[in-house]
Amino acid sequence: MKLLEFLKRERKKSASVAKERLQIIVAHQRSQRGQPDYMPMLEKELVEVIRRYVQIDDDAVQISLDSEDNCSVLELNVTLPKS
Amino acid sequence: MAKVIVVTSGKGGVGKTTSAASIATGLAMRGQKTVVIDFDVGLRNLDLIMGCERRVVYDLVNVIQGEAGLNQAMIRDKRVENLFILPASQTRDKDALTQEGVKDVLGKLRQEFDFIICDSPAGIERGAQLAMHFADEAVVVTNPEVSSVRDSDRILGLLASKTQRAEEGSEPVREHLLITRYNPDRVTSGDMLTLDDIREILAIELLGLIPESEAVLSASNQGVPVIHESASDAGLAYLDTVSRLLGEEVPLRFHQTSKKGFLTRMFGGGGRR
Repeated sequence: MKLLEFLKRERKKSASVAKERLQIIVAHQRSQRGQPDYMPMLEKELVEVIRRYVQIDDDAVQISLDSEDNCSVLELNVTLPKS
Repeated sequence: MAKVIVVTSGKGGVGKTTSAASIATGLAMRGQKTVVIDFDVGLRNLDLIMGCERRVVYDLVNVIQGEAGLNQAMIRDKRVENLFILPASQTRDKDALTQEGVKDVLGKLRQEFDFIICDSPAGIERGAQLAMHFADEAVVVTNPEVSSVRDSDRILGLLASKTQRAEEGSEPVREHLLITRYNPDRVTSGDMLTLDDIREILAIELLGLIPESEAVLSASNQGVPVIHESASDAGLAYLDTVSRLLGEEVPLRFHQTSKKGFLTRMFGGGGRR
């Protein structure tokens, strides 16, 4: 029985799947760290406003806030569909 | 100088209270005057793990609300000198804790103790944030399992933004990783995240590794912190953890699978599955 299991040991082990999934989700969590609490709401409402004019996907808007010396820059990246 | 250490995790059931009880006991065994505080208002359990549940008269909320003095509420441990337990309230709700009240209590304890261990409730809400707010160091308890690792990362985010040290912009809270319920056999067979996987993902310094052990349940059944079971793997692993917390360099153990003979590996037999 053990020998059979050993021979079948080809498929991907569950621990490495876990590691890959965690690396992605943790990177995402960290990118949101230190952001003001209003950012997710702002992103959602921006999508709604743009949708009044152009039909875009949920993930078509990317916003980020970068702090520089004495000001913050809100960067907005919208991918519009080909018209 | 007194040190406030929060034992936290985000996820419940990973071994926060077990770890807080053993770390506090271990520090006191090493001659450090230590108090361990249960912040889980409404769901107190530290008293059970420490085996002093029948001696609880007053609690943390009584002290904060001025209904009892600190010395009335603290329970002196019966096994180890220099060790005190400050239980949580069982009947009040968690809003009974205030930041000012906690600050006041910790300020008084700092005068008297070497170590103040705060046993955090699960979650990331008010109770957990109050437990970590005034911490100098944090022990993040993590199981080798996806939801626990993810929640630990969330907690690291809070430690870096919501604590007094973060708000004041002083030196950040020192973060330690404590991996519990580690099963080297399952790691070897590829079914459990490895020690290195977790370290790589969370990227904080490793304080200790506690193997999954039958000793933990039997110790909690008896109300004896597992660190007293110095013949058990988990007990020894907690002793090592405390030594590292005191700045000593201790090699890691219990992270590798016990060596098995060729026949056992091929055909099984008697191994713990």
